[in-house]
Amino acid sequence: MILSALNRKALRDLWQMKGLASAVATVMACGVALFILSRSMLFSLDLTQRTYYERYDFADVFAGLKRAPNTLAARIAEIPGVARVQTRIVVPVNISVPGLDEPATGRLISVPDGREPVLNRLYLREGRFLAPLADDEVLASEAFVTANNLQLQDTIAAVINGRMKQLRIVGIVLSPEYIYVIKPGDIVPDDKHFGVFWMNENALSTAYDLDEAFNDVSLGLLRGASEPDVIQRLDDLLEKYGGLGARGRRDQLSHQFVDNEIEQNRNMGMFAPTIFLGVAAFLLNVVMTRTINSQREQIAALKAFGYSSLQVGWHYVTMVLMIVAAALAAGIPGGLWFGRVTTQMYAKLFHFPEFQYRIYFSVIASAAGISVVAGIVGALTAVVRAVRLPPAEAMRPEPPASFSPTLMERLGLGHLVPPVLLMIVRQLERHPIKTALSMVAIALAASVLVLGNFFQDSVDYMMTAQFQWVQKYDMAIATNDDVADRALYEVGRMPGVLRAEPTRRVAARLRAGPRTRLVGITGIRRDNQLSGLVNMDGQETPLPPDGLMISKKLAEVLEVNVGDYVEVEALEDKRPKQRVLIAATLQDFTGLRAYMDLDALHRLMREGPVLTGVEMLVDPLQQETLYRELKNTPQVAAVNVKKHAMDSFDKTIAENLRIMKSINLLFAVVIAVGVVYNSARISLAERGRELATLRVMGFTRGEISAILLGELAIVTLAAIPLGLALGHAFAWYMCTAFDQELFRFPLVITNRTYAWAATVVIIAATASGLIVRRSLDHLDLVAVLKSRE
Amino acid sequence: MSAPAAAERTSVFAARGVTKVYHMGEVDVHALRGIDLDLYAGEFVVLLGASGSGKSTLLNILGGLDSPTAGSVHYRDRELTEFDDAALTRYRRDHVGFVFQFYNLIPSLTAVENVSLITDIARNPMDPVESLRLVNLGERINHFPAQLSGGEQQRVAIARAVAKQPDVLLCDEPTGALDVQTGILVLEAIERINAELGTTTAVITHNAVIAEMADRVIHVSAGKITSVDVNTSRRPASELDW
Ligand SMILES: Nc1ncnc2c1ncn2[C@@H]1O[C@H](COP(=O)(O)OP(=O)(O)O)[C@@H](O)[C@H]1O
Ligand SMILES: [Mg+2]
Repeated sequence: MILSALNRKALRDLWQMKGLASAVATVMACGVALFILSRSMLFSLDLTQRTYYERYDFADVFAGLKRAPNTLAARIAEIPGVARVQTRIVVPVNISVPGLDEPATGRLISVPDGREPVLNRLYLREGRFLAPLADDEVLASEAFVTANNLQLQDTIAAVINGRMKQLRIVGIVLSPEYIYVIKPGDIVPDDKHFGVFWMNENALSTAYDLDEAFNDVSLGLLRGASEPDVIQRLDDLLEKYGGLGARGRRDQLSHQFVDNEIEQNRNMGMFAPTIFLGVAAFLLNVVMTRTINSQREQIAALKAFGYSSLQVGWHYVTMVLMIVAAALAAGIPGGLWFGRVTTQMYAKLFHFPEFQYRIYFSVIASAAGISVVAGIVGALTAVVRAVRLPPAEAMRPEPPASFSPTLMERLGLGHLVPPVLLMIVRQLERHPIKTALSMVAIALAASVLVLGNFFQDSVDYMMTAQFQWVQKYDMAIATNDDVADRALYEVGRMPGVLRAEPTRRVAARLRAGPRTRLVGITGIRRDNQLSGLVNMDGQETPLPPDGLMISKKLAEVLEVNVGDYVEVEALEDKRPKQRVLIAATLQDFTGLRAYMDLDALHRLMREGPVLTGVEMLVDPLQQETLYRELKNTPQVAAVNVKKHAMDSFDKTIAENLRIMKSINLLFAVVIAVGVVYNSARISLAERGRELATLRVMGFTRGEISAILLGELAIVTLAAIPLGLALGHAFAWYMCTAFDQELFRFPLVITNRTYAWAATVVIIAATASGLIVRRSLDHLDLVAVLKSRE
Repeated sequence: MSAPAAAERTSVFAARGVTKVYHMGEVDVHALRGIDLDLYAGEFVVLLGASGSGKSTLLNILGGLDSPTAGSVHYRDRELTEFDDAALTRYRRDHVGFVFQFYNLIPSLTAVENVSLITDIARNPMDPVESLRLVNLGERINHFPAQLSGGEQQRVAIARAVAKQPDVLLCDEPTGALDVQTGILVLEAIERINAELGTTTAVITHNAVIAEMADRVIHVSAGKITSVDVNTSRRPASELDW
């Protein structure tokens, strides 16, 4: 015999309770899968990011400026801590793409003719690098090429410094600077209408009159260099060249988004598995307690024949371990599969040369470790009871449970209640801890659903806010440089433009004590109708006539309040420095923003009426004509069409949310079914004899089902409000955890979400109740009554 | 005392002044009130007494399942009352075979597996199939308990108890749940073990008829031994009827 008799017993017992065991194993498998998913994703993302950065020399410090001679590069290189310097030209362009009516926006970046840049090197996906001195070739970002179905040798037209130029795509590339590609000012990527292009430096410098000059610089730092120091010195050097403020990686947009995702995986890696393993531990506790209680006499016999208490304990632990093994056997491939789904979701957002989702052995080992711990912790009290059971004691069957009058009866309401209900209530009151834990577990299922839908609600709300309350315009354009406000009237006269309002953006540094942030100050008219200054709760805050209105988050970061002053250092034109009042704050959703009355901003900038953008309402019928006109307008550097942003959102984020929602649904159903099925089966096993007796005495199937399932119905119904509240609390926690400079989630949970969570839990509970009810219908009365237990 | 007589009367168990008190909340239940008892190697003893008189308690103490409140129990030259839990476990594993009123078979294991459960951990076990043959169940070794009658189950339990070749076989109302015919089959099995293997055997019963097959009958009442009868001739189990 290969297996010892005791191990055979373990296997057969498990087989006997396969329904229960698989319910527990499934819940645990979800925890394992989620753990493996988020930990492996965390490591994979982190490793992919680090290798990409390293191999392609992602810079450490980035700075834009107006214009500086190339000779300055040598002085920048002398800054202590700087290892490598890459100067270049970066310009926004308005482009037209074959097959796309509307104008798109591009960013042109120079690469040295005939050699690779020393920093932010490009990964060539397809085609070739630029031929030296070619002035009509570009390398295009893969996301843009894919979104527009372009191919090598296709051409795009760009308005380069006022002149339309055809550019041929000779290579499709990826850059560590643009893993996440987002148009400045947007809140979601729009790959179709925003692309990054690389072009020979000679061609670009000629076109933009930047001969022997640059307007952008990236630095690679020595190990151990002080980044703030380098940034400070670089800012000082660039000041008189129109420096727009240097930033480290943590303020680099693409890097921020990737880091954000890594952080999110880190949080989820703790949170979600804890819920599932916690519920699994609880279920194991219930199952093992029941098993061990029903095997008191077997345990006694084992001990009487000389099996030691430890051997008996270990025997039950092996049963737990087999359940854990089953959970791992399902959870590990599950984690792999989720990984593949998530990788596909990431592929839409993050552009890595190669993203490999790897399952790490160490992750599997720790998944196994924590599952074993969860399993054993769950089963501990039951196993300890088996270990402690004195052999002589166990010979006598478990004494009948002692019942006492319920609260209801003590309140004198007993006579109002039918006996069946009394049975149910007494049963519930007899196991207060078990009842409470069942409730918590079912509540967790509801809360997982609420939480899953909360993200959707929150994002929906955010999008409504963004696209209807904040961006009330249909289209916005931005210029390269500030232009006289006469432009407003020219735009206003364009075909289809129903209304046009000016905006003025100034790059600035805000300083409060030692704290600084680089922000763009947006000047708008106080009577404007196309930009809403809307708080998370939907309330508008009026723009004060003087002083700044800033994002609440920015106020937090700078540690200032309304009424305080900050030092504003404009980084453009005359670069005025002035103390400005924080006149109001705005609880907005994304970024760190600052607004000012347009006239006040002009006064601050000591300038006349100029603008850098126009927001418009557009007649949809004349849209095409307007597009054509805009494509040929040299000053226009960027066109934002609200509709495109919304579409792009639907294609990326919304779809990812849908996938997440279905996965969430699956998880919640697993928990709900697991808990309800488990409780029903256990009650049936514990009370089969009692119920059979009732049947013999003439109770109908329906009546005994009511006794068994009524208990669960009460627990489920009581758990739902708790679950909804718990879901709300989790959502609140998520909101605080995600309260970042990049994004803030509004705590919005619709009634539909609550209704949906409640409905799913009720359906799942009913379904599992019905499964158990079927076995109740097949209750073998004679067999049940004959058996001694 | 002559040498051979002394050898014949080797004492396996020697209990002195054994009392057992259960504390049930306010009340103390005196299950045993000072028991003095010797069991000798190879003999067949029946403990006879009404339900609740303390028989099981006594047997459990002898078998190392329970320990007395006061008094001492010697197993051969060792003092059982001084054993800790681990030592008691070893003692049960190596020396004692139990048979219970309700068989206490493991329902998920077949007959032969139920026996293997014990031979797996025994020091000097018989072949499990062999021991099932001893109780005339050679044909049913692969049946699960649910597929066996009560008497058959009890015989599996006996096979399980003797498969380790224990020094003592302790049976607590082995026929309590059985009808006469089946009970006799079970008693025959016990009788055969006692005769063929020479295992010291103690059988608890409240059925006076069974006492007739014993070497000695120990009467227990209200936690005390009231008398000990020595049967001059033992009646074979097959002749019993009740
Ligand atoms: N674990 C226990 N707790 C309390 N009382 C017990 C316990 N075990 C036995 N008793 C009591 O001790 C007395 C003797 O029991 P027992 O030895 O089982 O009697 P018998 O086997 O002769 O029927 C009875 O009154 C019984 O109720
Ligand atoms: Mg008894």
